[in-house]
Amino acid sequence: MSATNTTAHSVVEPSVRSRRIAGAIVILYAAITMIPLFWIFITGMKSPPDSISYPPKVVFEPTSEGYCNLFTTRTRQTEEYVKALGEPETICDEITRRRNMVIAGPSNYWPRFVNSLIIAFGSTFCAVFLGTLAAYGFSRFRVPLADDLLFFILSTRMMPPIAVAIPIYLMYRELGLSDTRLGMILLYTAVNVSLAVWLLKGFIDEIPREYEEAAMIDGYTRMQAFWKVVLPQATTGIAATAIFCLIFAWNEYAFAVLLTSGTAQTAPPFIPTIIGEGGMDWPAVGAGTTLFLIPIFVFTVLLRKHLLRGITFGAVRK
Amino acid sequence: MTDQSSTRMNTAADGVAKLTPEPLARRMRSLSDRAIAWLFISPTIILLLAINIFPLIWTIQLSFTNYAANRPNRPVKDIGLRNYERILNDTDIWLAMQATAHFVIWTIVLQTLIGFTLAYLIDRKFRGHAFWTTLILLPMMLSPAVVGNFWRFLYQPQIGLFNYIISFFTGIPPSSFVMTGSVNLAPWSIVIVDTWMWSPYVMLICLAGLRSIPDYLYEAAEVDRASPWRQFWSITLPLAMPFIMLAVLFRGIENFKMFDMVNLLTGGGPGSTTEVASITLKREAFEKWRTGYSSAFAIILFVTVFGLANIYVKALNRVKQR
Repeated sequence: MSATNTTAHSVVEPSVRSRRIAGAIVILYAAITMIPLFWIFITGMKSPPDSISYPPKVVFEPTSEGYCNLFTTRTRQTEEYVKALGEPETICDEITRRRNMVIAGPSNYWPRFVNSLIIAFGSTFCAVFLGTLAAYGFSRFRVPLADDLLFFILSTRMMPPIAVAIPIYLMYRELGLSDTRLGMILLYTAVNVSLAVWLLKGFIDEIPREYEEAAMIDGYTRMQAFWKVVLPQATTGIAATAIFCLIFAWNEYAFAVLLTSGTAQTAPPFIPTIIGEGGMDWPAVGAGTTLFLIPIFVFTVLLRKHLLRGITFGAVRK
Repeated sequence: MTDQSSTRMNTAADGVAKLTPEPLARRMRSLSDRAIAWLFISPTIILLLAINIFPLIWTIQLSFTNYAANRPNRPVKDIGLRNYERILNDTDIWLAMQATAHFVIWTIVLQTLIGFTLAYLIDRKFRGHAFWTTLILLPMMLSPAVVGNFWRFLYQPQIGLFNYIISFFTGIPPSSFVMTGSVNLAPWSIVIVDTWMWSPYVMLICLAGLRSIPDYLYEAAEVDRASPWRQFWSITLPLAMPFIMLAVLFRGIENFKMFDMVNLLTGGGPGSTTEVASITLKREAFEKWRTGYSSAFAIILFVTVFGLANIYVKALNRVKQR
């Protein structure tokens, strides 16, 4: 994805004009494709009336009402009751009271967000740990039926999640894993480990065997060579793989909506359930969506050099 | 490295290693490479057997019964192939397959066209192309469920931004059409969102394909005075073809399984116009609780994806060899 290849030859180098036209079209496309994301972001900062005005407002007075509503539950009170209350303690108090409501307590958004964090990081750690070991095994040793095993690992990803969810639902009900974080971590580990093995095998294949061989001549055992020579070399690959696993677990919805309902529910099934009085509270949804997407923006920028590899299971590497 | 040479190296290394003994080293010394290989690989295989293969076998077994998960005490009857028979004669299932086919085919066509065009343009290497490429890639990294949920807002008839923009350019009143609510438009509403999200995916793979074409081919074509049009059809497209097909394969499989975005955007409605296979499966399994019946449908879906993917991979390899 880098543009270092500037030694191109004049015959195949595109003309200045064609480059400019290409650039203009791509930038136009990028601008259009950003509109929905931009809209998510600004909707989070609108007041409910502004969010549903016609024509849609691009210029408006920003307010933190969406974020306040996202993190709190409110109850409607009479005007007299609200007036009789003392000074508002926080900015959210003030905004809520202006609508004749008082904050009743925290909403479920934050616990759901924390669940997402725990499940995503937990499953990523497990998947990358198992994936690194298996990838090293497949990369360095002659494993009988290696190709079949690798294909088997990949094929587990081809099943529609809902199809897998039916028996998993029954199995978890028997084992008491329904709606537990442990159950979700196990499940996401199993889904992610196939990606981790395939990606990491590619990365480890690229580390010359001579490094380990030299280390083993110097007295390292196979395990020491793996630990002290191969792993440090594979750090970038492991990090990239980990981010891919994180993104998958963070974004996952199908299993989450079917297998969790309360204590272990993650953010994706929760965000669509945010509703206000008399219809959707779109600013709160916008706020919740924005907070949920920010980590992904950061990860995408970090990953940009390895994106291609990740999305094709390592099939395309350049 | 062969096993023999590695043992020789290990014996040679032993002498040196003895001078700096480590407890871990001592314990692991005795492990052969073969043992390490299995030690490393088996946890992954065991996990996948437990979480993927065991459930799959269970699904197969359930598919021959009338089991209902919400009535665990009802006696389970073995009904043989009756579930499969009923599915193949069920008009709702065939409607779902049609909805899925519409979704898969149109998303693939649009995403391939847009993705390839973008890749071709980005390959012109205009200034700042790396930045714009990263920006374009953003939608595909996001959660289809969470973003799909927000698209419901964009598609609102009166207040939605999508309807506003369409009416701004065409003059059609924004409240006169309901993207997710009308029988004719709903199938397109999910195609639009999916295309928005996943065209960058095809673009990224096609870009790799275009960049893999060696410059000397174009140089030779220039020497032969081949027109740019001719160069595109004789060099660019054929050489990028394996990559395009790979992208189509991945998108095809993913969209055949599509659940999250559609479930939130239309929920399969209006009626069952956007009820793609996974939504039907969810309704049968978790709303009507026909566990045995839905297990049979799950197996049929899985075999379909698996079969199509296998055929496609064979075709892909044939293209690659050319």
